[in-house]
Amino acid sequence: MKFTLSWLKEHLDTDEPLEKLAEKLTMIGLEVESIEDKAKALAPFSIARVISAEQHPNADRLRVCMVDTGNGAAPVQVVCGAPNARAGLVSVFSPPGTFIPGKNITLGVGTIRGVESRGMLCSAAELEISEDHDGIMELPADAPIGKGYAEWAGLGDPVLEINLTPNRQDCTGVHGIARDLSAADMGKLIDPGIKQIKGEFPCPVKVSVGDATLCPGFALRLVRGVKNGPSPEWLQKRLTSIGLRPINALVDITNFMTYDRARPLHVFDAKKVTGNLTVRRAKDGESLLALDGRTYTLDPSICVIADEHGVESLAGIMGGETSGCDENTTDVLIESALWNEINIAQTGRKLGINSDARYRFERGVDPAFMVPGLELATKLVMELCGGTPSETVVVGNAFGDDRIIDFPLSEVKRLAGIEVPLVEMRRILVHLGFMVAGNGPVVKIAVPSWRTDVHGKADIVEEVVRIVGVDKVPMTPFERGDDARKPVLTTMQNRIRRAKRALAASGMVEAVTWSFISKPHAEMFGGGQAELVLANPIASDLSDMRPSLLPGLVAAAQANANRGYQDVALFEVGQVFKGDKPENQFVAASGVRHGFASANGMGRHWSGSAMTDALDAKADAFAVLAAAGAPMQALQIVPGGASWLHPGRSGTIQIGPQNVLGYFGELHPRTLEALGADGPLMAFEVILDRIPDAKKKPTRAKPVLELSAFQPVSRDFAFIVDRTVKAGDIVRAAQGVDKKLITDVSVFDVYEGKGIDPDKKSVAIAVTIQPREKTLTDQEIDAVAAKIVAEVTKKTGGTLRG
Amino acid sequence: MSDLAALEKSVLDDIAAAGDEAALEAVRVAALGKKGSISALLATLGKMSPDERKTEGAKINLAKDKVTQALTARRDVLKSAALDARLASETIDVTLPLREAPAEQGRIHPLSQVFEEVNTIFADMGFAIAEGPDIETDDYNFTKLNFPEGHPAREMHDTFFFNPKEDGSRMLLRTHTSPVQVRTMLSQKPPIRVVCPGRTYRIDSDATHTPQFHQVEGLVIDKGSHLGHLKWILHEFCKAFFEVDHINMRFRPSFFPFTEPSLEVDIQCRRDKGEIRFGEGEDWLEILGCGMVHPNVLRACDIDPDVYQGFAWGMGLDRIAMLKYGIADLRQLFENDVRWLNHYGFKPLDVPTLAGGLST
Repeated sequence: MKFTLSWLKEHLDTDEPLEKLAEKLTMIGLEVESIEDKAKALAPFSIARVISAEQHPNADRLRVCMVDTGNGAAPVQVVCGAPNARAGLVSVFSPPGTFIPGKNITLGVGTIRGVESRGMLCSAAELEISEDHDGIMELPADAPIGKGYAEWAGLGDPVLEINLTPNRQDCTGVHGIARDLSAADMGKLIDPGIKQIKGEFPCPVKVSVGDATLCPGFALRLVRGVKNGPSPEWLQKRLTSIGLRPINALVDITNFMTYDRARPLHVFDAKKVTGNLTVRRAKDGESLLALDGRTYTLDPSICVIADEHGVESLAGIMGGETSGCDENTTDVLIESALWNEINIAQTGRKLGINSDARYRFERGVDPAFMVPGLELATKLVMELCGGTPSETVVVGNAFGDDRIIDFPLSEVKRLAGIEVPLVEMRRILVHLGFMVAGNGPVVKIAVPSWRTDVHGKADIVEEVVRIVGVDKVPMTPFERGDDARKPVLTTMQNRIRRAKRALAASGMVEAVTWSFISKPHAEMFGGGQAELVLANPIASDLSDMRPSLLPGLVAAAQANANRGYQDVALFEVGQVFKGDKPENQFVAASGVRHGFASANGMGRHWSGSAMTDALDAKADAFAVLAAAGAPMQALQIVPGGASWLHPGRSGTIQIGPQNVLGYFGELHPRTLEALGADGPLMAFEVILDRIPDAKKKPTRAKPVLELSAFQPVSRDFAFIVDRTVKAGDIVRAAQGVDKKLITDVSVFDVYEGKGIDPDKKSVAIAVTIQPREKTLTDQEIDAVAAKIVAEVTKKTGGTLRG
Repeated sequence: MSDLAALEKSVLDDIAAAGDEAALEAVRVAALGKKGSISALLATLGKMSPDERKTEGAKINLAKDKVTQALTARRDVLKSAALDARLASETIDVTLPLREAPAEQGRIHPLSQVFEEVNTIFADMGFAIAEGPDIETDDYNFTKLNFPEGHPAREMHDTFFFNPKEDGSRMLLRTHTSPVQVRTMLSQKPPIRVVCPGRTYRIDSDATHTPQFHQVEGLVIDKGSHLGHLKWILHEFCKAFFEVDHINMRFRPSFFPFTEPSLEVDIQCRRDKGEIRFGEGEDWLEILGCGMVHPNVLRACDIDPDVYQGFAWGMGLDRIAMLKYGIADLRQLFENDVRWLNHYGFKPLDVPTLAGGLST
């Protein structure tokens, strides 16, 4: 919402300086976004007349103009490309050396296609006073040649722009803003009231409204015998000062009323309207050439005003070109109506029209001002264009505002924590147009018709507090109470936090990827379900909710590789989706490693370099599981994993086949190809939700530590087994021999190659035997060793290596 | 010179001449071994008369002690020289570069770090952390939060929707974390004190907007909490989060469907070469929205607004992370460029705590 200081002062009797007014506006909820003083920036631009405009000898689209810049100076030659540059036109001139704000350049003397140009004729866009760049500005013929444009156009008047919140439709007009300021002690509201103008004859045009929900009220009046033309200077200046283009008096009046009083109006040229007016839904296939010069195709969701010919206006949004008012208009129909906010918003969006009328109607205009607004417009029409008014036709508008709020005075203190005396509350509310009856403790408050946003007690508190000033509300320490200090993170939040730190501590870098991925990628990882497909994705490759973090991570790793960073280890801990119910959203921890980003150290190094392999991914998965509190002893590793993994270089981590916690391994070559990534790439995925909860313990004390008095004994064994035999099976076989005595079995060597059959391998284990009750004799130890050999041989078909 | 004296001198000379421990051992054996020269002298004592034995024995033993001491001293010298020689041959290149520790190489994303910082501060104020699903119903995301029918946020233009179900209802991606507030109010009885951090989505993509972003909201519901408390909490939070002793905040009336009164909060700052300094300067930077929970929202969550009251606030986690750590472009948060992550990320041991400092 834009307005100027002088315009505000038409409605507010104040001596307060601009800065103070602006600060107050912000502090009462009408945030001043900018204050613009055009007079300064536009000082070099002056009013000038085009004396002649000849075709440029060397360019079809250019004209060579001689320009009278006033003050008796010799005519100046200017080359101009605007289609409307013509002899007699009064426009705006800038001499060489002028900074052109709209182009961000400083003008020099130029030679354009061989013709010298000593200055420029400007469009409104070049002066940044509107978006209008269709040709150079056209000023009234009587605009004073040689005078500064900004001064003449009233741009010396500072322009304020308010970032209006959607609830304050009453402040889409300068009058409403002045009212708020008056309540905030910034001056006195100027409100002379509106007199009814008696109609001299019945309005010949009837109005019928088909659907009162679309159009709750409609008022219409004819003014006969008007003389339309350019509006007077004061009105033109009002409009140009906020970037609107004056058109003709009748149209300018409607625009003025829109900004002055938040009351959008429409004027029809009565001679171009056939028969009576009907408010109805558009029919399929109907269209309208609107005042913006574009033709809109309509449908029944759109509300229109039609005459016997067809659609004449897009209700509450924009009028039609054919029934618009021009300098030949002698009889004008003035419409002041009420429209359904939702329908206006939907129609505006559908047609892509952002008009000043839509802006107000979709916020809901003051219903009680429909008829007074029409009276005020009639008065302006008669003052500026003459004419004789008809009586007013009013349809609908059975408007009765019965919003009376029982307001306990204590409510302000209760919600806002500030004591405001009744006298002050009453003063504020009355200035804002509320009526207050009673002296407490509960008063009755009547809400003014224009405050469509006020419905209850909390709204009244807001009115009082925003005018008193939120800065006056004392800061009050918020006691945390005597509740025990206990952890506030849930188990899952702790798992997430610890998983992230554990992975970062393994040298991985945390990524944050998009929650949505492409459909093929989703499907590859078990997603793509219909319930997880966005109806309106931002891009076609961001269409499906991710079932896994890996597609995003692989893409990120590849993007880094493309930038020249091949050795990357990325992880993410985040949400994945298996369905649209809350219980189908899980938290996954995933990571990828590529190149020399191995778990034992990044990059190539003199101490030894290894390409990352599938067991790095296993290490990462285990790091997550351990950090997140999984029962590590209970985890089982099953060879092979998800379909997106290499079948021979992957594993599944589970606690029984019913509870799969995750997968690790090398990505399947087909996965890499589909994701467009260079391999080999190691990856893991752990679903943190699947980790069983730890048993709750009554105290934090650790279990009693039992230390054996006897030294442990270590024995090494090497077995020759088939290559397909799993090390895990050898370990388990050895462990199973005596669960009490054998406390640890570790694999310290795996060998394939020279000296061993090609289809065999040697696996060496170290077994720790921990005596419990007495030192073991050599014979007893040998007996355990023999059992280990026998058991491993039996379970794996291996033989002790000689 | 007696024979003994000559022998002693000869042995001592040999000791001094021994070049290494092996030579010295040969000298020792030759003198003190079973068949050594001094041992042979000692063996002669048996044949002497008691008086002679007394005087000769003392002499021989004196010589033996001298030799023994000389052997020990020489052995120490030779041992030390041998060690020196060994050590002199044992050198490594200590300038060889180390392999950087994984914990030095890994990084925590700035968003995760800030998420923890925020949780830490609010946990200290007695808030629990609540979370909810990203895929929400229209009811929880809009209706219960007092968004009117036809509100622009409910349009396909602003909000990500899923395809309609058979019954016509459609799920959506939450546009704010406020549905978590709704879920909390529906599942817990007041008093309620929670903060709700999480990922949110809006159809927006430009230099300052990404289709996914992160919010942290707070909610207090009880029988006495008012705007004064809200102002205090946010003030304390901002000081703690930005790690400054004082901060100037400006609370402006504003509008949100779910709060009444509603406020927007600016903090005073000075921009200095891409760095933002808080608590000084002329600029006001908007950082959050807040207000008293709208009575319609309380009613929608089965809480009587005449008995209970409370406030809520919400801010962009991405935005406060950018402000605090001088991150210029929001989109970089989701580009996962390792150069950027190495620079703006945090080491795994940089765990934010109130006792140790959030970011030090």
